[in-house]
Amino acid sequence: MITVKNIAKDFGKNKVLKGINLTIDEGKVTAIVGPNGSGKTTLIKTILGLVRPTAGTIEVDGAEVKDDYLYRNKIGYMPQIARYPENLTGSEIISLIKSIRESSFYSDEEMRASFKLDREMEKPFKNLSGGTKQKISALIAFAFNPKIIILDEPTAGLDPISSSYFKDLVLKQKGQKKTIILTSHLMNEVQELSEEIVFLLEGEIKFKGSVKSLLEDKKETKLERAIAELMNQSNN
Amino acid sequence: MKLVKKILLYEIHNTIRSKWVILYTFFFFLVGYGLFTFSGDVNKAYISLMNIIIIVIPLVSIIFGSIYFYNSREFIEMMLSQPIDRKSLYIGIFLGTAIPLSAGFGIGFSLPFILFGKVSEQIEGFFLLLLIGILLTFVFIALSFLISVKQDDKSKGLGLAILIWLILAVVYDGIVLLVIYYFQDYPLENAMIVLSAFNPIDLGRILFLMKFDIAALMGYTGAVFQRFFGSPLGVIVSIICLLAWIVIPFFLSHRFFKKKDF
Repeated sequence: MITVKNIAKDFGKNKVLKGINLTIDEGKVTAIVGPNGSGKTTLIKTILGLVRPTAGTIEVDGAEVKDDYLYRNKIGYMPQIARYPENLTGSEIISLIKSIRESSFYSDEEMRASFKLDREMEKPFKNLSGGTKQKISALIAFAFNPKIIILDEPTAGLDPISSSYFKDLVLKQKGQKKTIILTSHLMNEVQELSEEIVFLLEGEIKFKGSVKSLLEDKKETKLERAIAELMNQSNN
Repeated sequence: MKLVKKILLYEIHNTIRSKWVILYTFFFFLVGYGLFTFSGDVNKAYISLMNIIIIVIPLVSIIFGSIYFYNSREFIEMMLSQPIDRKSLYIGIFLGTAIPLSAGFGIGFSLPFILFGKVSEQIEGFFLLLLIGILLTFVFIALSFLISVKQDDKSKGLGLAILIWLILAVVYDGIVLLVIYYFQDYPLENAMIVLSAFNPIDLGRILFLMKFDIAALMGYTGAVFQRFFGSPLGVIVSIICLLAWIVIPFFLSHRFFKKKDF
């Protein structure tokens, strides 16, 4: 379980997060949605410790994470843009991460095969396409079998085949009761994958609840419309 | 420490693959080789080498360090989402940049001496110059990291790096001369010594010149420092000052790094 308490983040004068309170339940898929610049990525990066909050605390499984780093053993993260050191290869990066993570569990055969990565893993990153790097990111996020998986716009750079395989992967993890946090601009994807939804606007949470209840509340069948309605309401 | 070692090994691996270090090694090899081929005098070769080392090492180290740090941003971001603390990562990256570059210099510099069998002719000078080169590499990489951690804009950061090199390598001596010119009626020796400690390039130069009796050729600061510190105490003081030039920027940048957002 992840508890976000009163998190605020300023970048200079720009207040990106304005006191976020949020509990992310264990064993569920939570989607964070919102327009560009609403603070989704900043929120995720704060949970990971990549961004240092101006105020507030974050707890993972009841322990504050401020100066801790070992809690990241529990987390698999797939960033929005996959960027890696140019001269290293995928397998080198993975063996580095393997040597750093506590758990020795690592299994990627199935993903490698489905993503057709076997040959790409031995090439330096500078010779790989954006989509391939994205797939390697997915590998790093999933293959260590973490109990929390954080995905920042995971399907943005993937082709339709890989993207649909990726969604199956998320659903499979969901079946194993993993805690998954996901951001996306594709509402049908969110509707397909997630149970809980957090709607973020200008650094504030405007809605949090289950996807089902949101749809019922707005009397819509499509999430896209329900979110659009939420947004109109917030603007008025 | 185990984490530092892991990061360090990967960084060294990555740095060496960038080919710049090999080019850098080759450069020092060629210079040394050329000097020994065209002039048999070891002392002359030492002075030429010192002048090259004192200009080239700071310039290359500060630029290489900045570029390397900016290019490592992705790597840093990725590693920080893994269970690793910022301190180990930072030390690993710093040493992973400074060690290959120092090694590149060390190998390129030493090979001609070994090939021509000149090491034993001036063994003290050889090791001193090697030490100065390595210390200057660390100093300027520490400075470049300080700039790069604070300044997110790559082009501004590189500009600042070159500016700092220009100030320390060229402008500083000009200012010192100006001070001497305007205050020539006053006893300035102690002030000069203090001024020198504020410039790592001068420190390196002085350290070396104290072993060679040609201080007057190498600028006023060198001459003064030799007169007052031509003793073991002088060597120790200037090495301590050079180490401070590594430690202070490193700790400052480490503090900024710990608070930085990625």
